[in-house]
Amino acid sequence: MANTDNHNHDSGAGHHHVTPVSTYVATYVALLVLLVLTFAVSRVDLGPFNIIVALGISVVKTAMVVLIFMGVKYGTRLTWFWASIGFIWLVLLFLTLGDYVTRQWVHLPLGW
Amino acid sequence: MSLELQHPAVAPQRLSHQFEQIDQQNEIYIVGMWTFLVTEIMFFGALFVALTVYRSVYPDAFEQAHTALNVWLGLTNTFILLTSSFTAAMAVRSKMLGERTRTLFFLAITIMCAFGFLCVKYVEYSAEFREHHFPGPNFHWEQPVTASAVQGDLSANSQVALGSPKISVNEFPANYQPQQLALHKRELFFSLYFVMTGLHGFHVIIGIFVLGTLWLLIYFRHPTVDDYMPVELAGLYWHFVDIVWIFLYPLVYLIGKQ
Repeated sequence: MANTDNHNHDSGAGHHHVTPVSTYVATYVALLVLLVLTFAVSRVDLGPFNIIVALGISVVKTAMVVLIFMGVKYGTRLTWFWASIGFIWLVLLFLTLGDYVTRQWVHLPLGW
Repeated sequence: MSLELQHPAVAPQRLSHQFEQIDQQNEIYIVGMWTFLVTEIMFFGALFVALTVYRSVYPDAFEQAHTALNVWLGLTNTFILLTSSFTAAMAVRSKMLGERTRTLFFLAITIMCAFGFLCVKYVEYSAEFREHHFPGPNFHWEQPVTASAVQGDLSANSQVALGSPKISVNEFPANYQPQQLALHKRELFFSLYFVMTGLHGFHVIIGIFVLGTLWLLIYFRHPTVDDYMPVELAGLYWHFVDIVWIFLYPLVYLIGKQ
């Protein structure tokens, strides 16, 4: 290595979390099971609950990917903060649906 | 020193001069990547909102239109992406432990999964182009025999379909007449479908370039990739691409089929 004489060279003293292979395999298997579940449930007519179940499963799968595969579970507080910001933003974005939902509540003579 | 035997030894990292500790350096890298991912969530999120809005405005048309998509190919692609996400996580782990051969192996599997995803996508897209489901003047929708929702819809579109090019952006057929938005509602579904899956596919292509570059750098033992952080950050990106598809698959392919 070119920089071995550099005094800044750090010999891996940082706090690393090495996730065991078994955890990754278990997560992968769980993701596949949830995928099959998502598919199976979509073939059954649950009325409005179809989309709720599908979204619920997707959120669980996402949480598993974010926490374990992306390692946020073992990350620093700053990592937690930034990872949460994205999803808080999504919630705010979907609040714009309030406009579409409530349009029928207001009567305008000429319509929207 | 039994403690060190229990915990696998992490490969050494080099501290850049602008940082004080290796922990600080690692945190900055990861938070920087997450900041980028937040911007990605922003524009993918906007498309998901658009899909939600138009699905609620035209529930029947979206219900009809989405049956034209191939659920099984979508399922295959979800499986491929989940697998690639797993191998990406394994590649990062191997790189962190300094296991070069295993890193190359898992990265290669991830890249092959990405190519597999694009191949399946190619089969899907070509079927949709063939059936004139690509939005534009040559868009054509075979009205199911049972439904008689809009009378003018079928006659206007069927003249367009036969013998016309599959994709046309600028050239309108001679008998083309613009229609009201309500008549384009199935086309609207396919617009959203092509934009969302297309943008996602573009991210997959970028992922192939990033992961492929890392593979080559590790293969040629380039000093840039002595540190595991580049693989870690590429892994974060790849997991994000996977997450987008985790939502795309049920919302575009599955929901509404009852």
